[in-house]
Amino acid sequence: MSAPAPVAIALERVGRTFGDVVALHDVTLEVRVGQTLCVVGRNGAGKTTLARIVAGLLRPSQGRVRVLGAQLPAERHALRGRIGYVGHDAALYRALTARENARLRARLLGLPDASADRALAAAELGRHADRPVRELSRGLRQRAAVACALVGDPELLVLDEPFASLDRAASELVAGLVGPREGRTRLLVTHDLERAAREGNVVLVLADGRAHIADRAGRAPSAADLAEVLQ
Amino acid sequence: MTARLRDQLRALVAKDVRLELRSAEALPAALLFALSAIVVIHFAFQRDTLAGPLAAGAFWVTLLFAAFLPVTRAFVVDSEQGGIDAVRLAGVDGTTVVAAKAASLVLALVAVETVLVPAFALLLLGPSLWPVLVPLLAVLALANVGIAVVGAVAAALAALSRLRELIVPILMLPLSVPLVIGAAEATAPLFSQTPGDLELRWLLLLGLYDVLFVAVAVGVADHLIDE
Repeated sequence: MSAPAPVAIALERVGRTFGDVVALHDVTLEVRVGQTLCVVGRNGAGKTTLARIVAGLLRPSQGRVRVLGAQLPAERHALRGRIGYVGHDAALYRALTARENARLRARLLGLPDASADRALAAAELGRHADRPVRELSRGLRQRAAVACALVGDPELLVLDEPFASLDRAASELVAGLVGPREGRTRLLVTHDLERAAREGNVVLVLADGRAHIADRAGRAPSAADLAEVLQ
Repeated sequence: MTARLRDQLRALVAKDVRLELRSAEALPAALLFALSAIVVIHFAFQRDTLAGPLAAGAFWVTLLFAAFLPVTRAFVVDSEQGGIDAVRLAGVDGTTVVAAKAASLVLALVAVETVLVPAFALLLLGPSLWPVLVPLLAVLALANVGIAVVGAVAAALAALSRLRELIVPILMLPLSVPLVIGAAEATAPLFSQTPGDLELRWLLLLGLYDVLFVAVAVGVADHLIDE
């Protein structure tokens, strides 16, 4: 019997407040390398807060966060280039082209421009890669954001509603790009309960910042189970 | 400086230059402000030309206030469009981010001065600038570093606030007083009818100011870019 994969994401009683508002309360979970953590919940439940904490973009107010072996936020430097993040709003410089945005990430990571070009080609942006992001449709922007996140082939993908504003074809394309792959760990924030039930090795349901299901606990939660918790 | 830091610095400055060339948000406004200020000073002082300390004061106040515009906008695009997240995920440390922003601001100041200095010499300054151009460039170089470093720190502090247009001048004005004193004292003899020599002590003051604020920026940069 092979040894279990190392832990990629370990959260221990993690919480985050913004002033008096509790965005996340007492979340504890563990995700192993190669697994997918799906996070579902209503708007304002704390999903984006959790995603940003795991990506190292937000400090937790309490608790311990360990990602890819690095204690956050103290050892964030050890995660350089190992995390790809896609937010629900494409984090791109709008006056730059998609290619310039992707090449900026490549250069900051010390990678050749070709690695950015490969990611853009995979996202099938074609001639749109050389148009300023502000001229792109919302769907094309999202594809460009996914391409930027994939530059350098990061070990952990933090995907905050990556399929929002995509049509069916683009959604399938992006699903292929950010889908499960050996050695790739994913945190997927989604409103799609079917997808969460299908793709999640660990499914976290957040309601008012509190975790209601921390893992499958021996039984795969169906979309109906998740919907019931969300009620 | 390691090759990695140099490459990151170069990539971030190139990004800032490209963004400004494409969007033209800060520089045209700063240039327009500088030229308008010269015209207003001309009428307000009711003189055809200025010289000596008065000219030096008018020049440095105009340059400092013109600098507020690019400083105020310095981190706006990065924070509003989420680009700063990409920079942080790429493992760029706060010191490199602030250093790159200061370098971008130096370039913006040089662009403003490329228009301001000839316009000031033509429209307001009595004595010719040609004989004192080299010492003036030395003063400008030291002052640019000071304004840019203080500006980058102030801009990073103000970036997430809705009141950044207010916060930047409130932070920068008092911090810039020693710089303005040094720069105005250094240039007053250069702008005189009979140009005097550049006094070394004022250059030293500007150099010390630069070193002090570079040290402060290095000390606080990681905290400024943290969240």
